[in-house]
Amino acid sequence: MLKRIFIPLTGALMVLGLLYVGLGLDSRSLPSPLVGKPAPAFELESLEDPERMITEADFIGEVALVNVWASWCSSCRSEKPYLMALARQGVTIHAFNYRDTREDATHYLAADMNPYDTIAFDPQGDAGMEWGVYATPETYVLDAEGIIRYKHIGPLDAQLVREEILPVLEKLEAEQS
Amino acid sequence: MIAELGNFALILALCLAATQAVLPLVGAGIGNERLMRTGRSLAVGQFVFLVASYAALTWAFVVSDFSVEYVALNSNVALPTHYKVTAVWGGHEGSLLLWVMVLAAWSVAVAIFSKPLPREMVARVLAVLGMVSVGFLAFTVLTSNPFDRLIPAPADGVDLNPLLQDPGMIIHPPLLYMGYVGMAVVFAFAMAALIGGRLDAAWARWSRPWTTVAWCFLTLGVGVGSWWAYYELGWGGWWFWDPVENASFMPWLAATALLHCLAVTEKRGGFKVWTVMLAIVTFALTILGAFIVRSGVITSVHAFATDPDRGVFLLAMLGATLLGSLALYAWRAPKVGLGGGFGWYSRESLLLGNNVLLVVSCAAVFIGTLYPLALDAFSLSKISVGPPFFDAVFMPLMMPMLFLVGMAPRVAWKQGNPQETYRELRWVFVVSVLLGIAWPLAMGAWNPLTALGLGLAIWILLTAATDLRNRMMRRRSQGLGGMLRALRPSFLGMHLAHAGLALVVIAISMVNTYEIERDVRLAPGETATAGKYAFTLASVSKVRGPNFDADQASIVVTRNGTQVTTLTPQRRDYDSQTGMPMTQASLHRRPSRDLYVSLGEPVGSDAWLVRLYYKPYMFWMWTGGLLMAFGGFLAAADRRYRLARDRSTVSQTDIPISGRDVRQEVS
Repeated sequence: MLKRIFIPLTGALMVLGLLYVGLGLDSRSLPSPLVGKPAPAFELESLEDPERMITEADFIGEVALVNVWASWCSSCRSEKPYLMALARQGVTIHAFNYRDTREDATHYLAADMNPYDTIAFDPQGDAGMEWGVYATPETYVLDAEGIIRYKHIGPLDAQLVREEILPVLEKLEAEQS
Repeated sequence: MIAELGNFALILALCLAATQAVLPLVGAGIGNERLMRTGRSLAVGQFVFLVASYAALTWAFVVSDFSVEYVALNSNVALPTHYKVTAVWGGHEGSLLLWVMVLAAWSVAVAIFSKPLPREMVARVLAVLGMVSVGFLAFTVLTSNPFDRLIPAPADGVDLNPLLQDPGMIIHPPLLYMGYVGMAVVFAFAMAALIGGRLDAAWARWSRPWTTVAWCFLTLGVGVGSWWAYYELGWGGWWFWDPVENASFMPWLAATALLHCLAVTEKRGGFKVWTVMLAIVTFALTILGAFIVRSGVITSVHAFATDPDRGVFLLAMLGATLLGSLALYAWRAPKVGLGGGFGWYSRESLLLGNNVLLVVSCAAVFIGTLYPLALDAFSLSKISVGPPFFDAVFMPLMMPMLFLVGMAPRVAWKQGNPQETYRELRWVFVVSVLLGIAWPLAMGAWNPLTALGLGLAIWILLTAATDLRNRMMRRRSQGLGGMLRALRPSFLGMHLAHAGLALVVIAISMVNTYEIERDVRLAPGETATAGKYAFTLASVSKVRGPNFDADQASIVVTRNGTQVTTLTPQRRDYDSQTGMPMTQASLHRRPSRDLYVSLGEPVGSDAWLVRLYYKPYMFWMWTGGLLMAFGGFLAAADRRYRLARDRSTVSQTDIPISGRDVRQEVS
């Protein structure tokens, strides 16, 4: 009898506790410990060309976005028009293709054009670990020296691009010149 | 002024709900009939005020009163009027108002249709519904008031999210909320039965039609959501395992288990504890769904604008529901008693198997949805759970369940005979296996999983068809009329719903295996092929919609040289968010396949990227969903639920109870 009560009650309390803790971790505004630090080192194959190796050096040199995406991630699909729009405005966008297969990822890009300049293929999520990837999609802003200056977890939307991403990019461009 | 009246009506509805939560319950406790009867009038009053409040918000949308903040954020002068009306539920606050209004409507329905029930029962059900209503109304008034003013008013509104400017989105939320909120009624019945201390066959018989109807709406809601995602997102996908989709799918799985449990409770008096637990869990999952969608705890495509206060409030509501109902259960459970016994091979045992599979798959979806959060909460590691997880876990659970769906209706209650089942179903089984193997071969490529899926679907269809035939043949002597009368609505409804599931399984197996997806670059005059169809881009022109500019391609589809249709996908640039074009796919639907075209980016001077899909049997996905809901409605309409019957003796006369069970029955 006691067991019949005890098990559901424990289950309910655990779920409630988890959700309460989860509520405290606002996944979006959580400042990454990496903001202000140099881009973490990595070495991965290029998505398009397995022969070519990509390192953090390929991401550094100008103000750029780094986007973490996967073909299975529906939120990534929803933010893709915004990345396309940014790319059209001349913003350099590098990317990690996260825990994906080469075939699916290539297909995903072929479907709607490719907003990315350089794509590192990260099937095991190794570099994702170094960069502190929480969940796809994520977007980082790097300055010309390769310092992470901004990070956003979750899909981009019109308001976010207008009010956060573009001002950060403009500020960094201004600093550079 | 109208907005203030709406706000006032909303607050009055909250006061009425609070009264409804207390008076009938007290009445039932002390046996005061007048207090008990207040439940009905309070429910009606609450409904009237919520309709008034809802009408006020709709009015603010229709006349574009942008001094109401919610209207300014979700509408726009150029928005077509029918979308202004549906934009009322396009955002968090308004959709919540719709939710509480639907809840009030269900309460009124309970008040009207439960005349034959004991008045204590009705009073308690309405009181519990009043409590639920207080929770959601307080949530609306305190954290998400749709009538908040924005002074000074902007000249024009922000506009409704273009993704929501679509017929699918007009009907999706109301259907879904009908389903969610219907689960509150089921929950209220379970709580009322616990308070009254009688969980018996009569209780199961009263709750069953409500559960079935709520389940039907939930089925339609989930189905329409999937249908909308399929054509509106432009990716041809129909299910993404997105947290918000899961939020509606989990209650559906739990409600399906509950539906089948109630069948056992009604017919055989068994599984009572399990049924009560499922009623609690299903309702808790609908609140959890609201929490997932509205608190911002999990990142998703269609999360509403979020606010931590709302999360805390919803979490408190979830906690109160779970702890309150479990405490009540703990207090009353010793009185519940056991039902009739059953053999290891009987319809009960098979339904138990089906229940376990449904509950485990529900748990799997639950874990997949909350796992990333759990890992993060304990700072263990960071992962994303995507479709690979769900596909791997969900499929193996569904296969045995589909097999049971075909078999269980053919096995007797209490004690079945395996040999008899074997004799009855062996040929059906052989035919299903053979057809399952042959059908994929006819489609051109053989794949074991496809064969398994199709074989199981055929198994369900054939067992249902032969069962219907047997039932009719038994009444052969009474002529055609007698044969048709043999098909009681509940019996026919069950088999139709199962057949609907089989159609969905066929569609999933087919489309996962044989769909063709091609991404091509087309200039006017050029042709690309997908399967046996040739797609020729005739022209691309500029068109102007009510609140958008669009590039519209005209694509001629031919098969073996004969023209099939002309598709006109668009790429829309809404005035409210220029530079962020939205694709509007164009489809040609036939029972055996959909042709699906969406327009991508322009390349070069006159060429376009175009996505072509050939999607076999998609039609059956939606037909199957409709058939499931139709079967459910039919079953709920069965005459036996509407018969007024003696109020006190139902439980004794209805269950065939063995001597052992009588001692355990309380009432």
